[in-house]
Amino acid sequence: MNKLIVSPSPHDENYIKTSVIMLNVVIALVPAFVMSVYYFGWRSIMLTAVCIISCVLFEFICRKLMKRDNTIGDLSAVVTGLILAMNLPVTLPPWIAVIGSFIAIAIVKQLFGGIGQNFANPAITARIVLMVSFPSAMTHWVYPFWYRNPTDAVSGATPLALPETAVDVYSYLDLFLGKSGGCLGETCAAALLAGGIYLIIKKIINPAAPLAFIGTLGLLSAVSGADPLYQILAGGVFLGAFFMATDYATTPISTKGKVIFGIGCGIITFVIRHFGSYPEGVSFSILLMNILTPYIEQLTRNKVFGAKEAVKNEK
Amino acid sequence: MKKLKGIKLKHRKNTQNSATVDFPLPEKVIIPMSMHMGVPCSLLVKPKDTVKVGQKIGDCDAPFSAPVHSSVSGTVTAVTDYRNAMGNVCKAVEITTDGKQEISEEVKPPVITDKESFLKAVRESGACGLGGAGFPTHIKLNPKTPIDVIIINAAECEPYITADYREMMECPNDIIGGINYIKNMLNIPRAILAIESNKPEAIKNFTRMAENDDTIDIFTLPSKYPQGAEKVIIYNSTGRTVMEGQLPSDVGVIVINVSTVAFLYRYMTTGMPLVTRRLTVDGNAVGEPKNIRTVIGTPFIKLLEYCKTDMESVKKIIAGGPMMGMSIPDPNMPVVKTSNALLALKSYDDSRTASCIRCGRCVAVCPLGLMPAEIERAYKIKNIEELRELKVTLCMNCGSCTFVCPANRKLAETNQLAKALIPRK
Repeated sequence: MNKLIVSPSPHDENYIKTSVIMLNVVIALVPAFVMSVYYFGWRSIMLTAVCIISCVLFEFICRKLMKRDNTIGDLSAVVTGLILAMNLPVTLPPWIAVIGSFIAIAIVKQLFGGIGQNFANPAITARIVLMVSFPSAMTHWVYPFWYRNPTDAVSGATPLALPETAVDVYSYLDLFLGKSGGCLGETCAAALLAGGIYLIIKKIINPAAPLAFIGTLGLLSAVSGADPLYQILAGGVFLGAFFMATDYATTPISTKGKVIFGIGCGIITFVIRHFGSYPEGVSFSILLMNILTPYIEQLTRNKVFGAKEAVKNEK
Repeated sequence: MKKLKGIKLKHRKNTQNSATVDFPLPEKVIIPMSMHMGVPCSLLVKPKDTVKVGQKIGDCDAPFSAPVHSSVSGTVTAVTDYRNAMGNVCKAVEITTDGKQEISEEVKPPVITDKESFLKAVRESGACGLGGAGFPTHIKLNPKTPIDVIIINAAECEPYITADYREMMECPNDIIGGINYIKNMLNIPRAILAIESNKPEAIKNFTRMAENDDTIDIFTLPSKYPQGAEKVIIYNSTGRTVMEGQLPSDVGVIVINVSTVAFLYRYMTTGMPLVTRRLTVDGNAVGEPKNIRTVIGTPFIKLLEYCKTDMESVKKIIAGGPMMGMSIPDPNMPVVKTSNALLALKSYDDSRTASCIRCGRCVAVCPLGLMPAEIERAYKIKNIEELRELKVTLCMNCGSCTFVCPANRKLAETNQLAKALIPRK
């Protein structure tokens, strides 16, 4: 007979591992990726592949250099690469995407200790760094189906950069289906919504943060006189709300905290869009709320069942 | 009413329709002097003594204890040091059986006139919590504060185990009889028999039996682990909260296991102390899972062989359920009073522990609202003040946090280690 294994309880198995969670996020992003290929052409496959491969490679190298276990098997680097790609314009030169992957994985994630330890969302931070470093490349938008007439590929403004009086303002349906300029994966609200609902049904994410985010933004837009539906559908709201404001490591754990996080994102996005000089504020709002997360966490601790209140100044 | 959180487990109640079979008398039994929570007993026999069934072989003066009786007739062949699954050492008696199972003259129905004689009889029966904790029953039934409801715990919320369920299906009259006995003796106006919803047959039977008795309520608990945990079952069936540092009796409640109640009834009518018990033998290495009634002291390995277990493949043996049971180092360890299940596993989750991804699943499932991920962080830096604030001492080690952790972190284990850091006042 084998030597018996003695270990503390529990002894039963749970089948949802980190890699399963990450795989589900990848699955949830497939519709958005497919739509990006449909709208922006083969270059979007290339850019996504560059991001994923370079993210996984950087993860591998970092772990090797730091003499830690190899963690590429948990698929979190794949998710980061995929989300980063969804945040880039299709015309971006691949070498810039590689720099983005380096920032996301090496600097934001691994320098802080790897999965679960980073205080800011790697893909968001990488997007912001690239936007500040390469402003023209990062805002060179094209219209969907530009690849059909490569000779007269014109820059197309994103829906949010258009002046509100513009003649060719996008219809709700165009925005919902993603027929507008923008980053690879952020234009098609329908695909992102499908992915988000998939994650909620699979209980991978809690709907609190995305709903609070989208709701707050819609409400504030309506109050301020902007078109709430347009504000919600345009830009990176759905991508940010469902895939980045729900990141485990950088958002609060409790549902109450998630709601506060979402409301904060909504307010900051609105303020940047309405009063700021940037047309888009989703990335900044999430990054700023990431930084606030430890404080939100402190304020929203669970009340323990049957716990007595701590007696202060006990001698 | 709002219920405390719980997790959905695979029930794996493979043996729920397996009627209890009597295990043939083993050649030898090993009876430890500590099968209950509390002070171990001192020996009343020595090697070469002959003993009979029901004869008291261990007792002690301390009130927080329960006497030990011989489960067989035969000869004491050895007195050994025995290390139980918790790692504690006590004396154990090895008895070689003579196969006659002669009943001791000591065994006769107790004479009960009042509460005092009842509690004395309960102590003499050797009863302790048969659900697994082994709390001496005579202490439990003698609280310092008035009790207005007694909860009969028939949740049996752990996977695999069906021993309590079989008790309910096979001996329902003993259970109702026991409930009435305790109610009358202790003057408790109301009893709640709390059963998980995954046992509809039992709920149906008892609802019918208690139809005309408005002092016994049958309460259906959701099938979510850990319904059987004391604080959880009290809150979910009565809405009362047992606060930090309180006992159930402080909120007017006693919680007692259903098999213990049935045993007490049988003892009051026959006088036969706690010398046999029913347990579920199951697990993925067991060829023929069964419910078995056997004498206390039967070596586990005999039961496993009887249930056609492929001993070559066994990697882990668990005394109790998979969530809170103890994995044991030696298959020759005996059945004790608290053995409600014996599981033999050939495969189990041995994947590597990875980094916490802060998914919050451990926080989401904790029935008491603890934050295991935060406790783990505070434990690593030995921040005792923080651990106090996080109320780690309330953790009941139900194991839900470890179970759901996608990174395989041993959170429940860490909670127990963290508890040990906090100095007792």
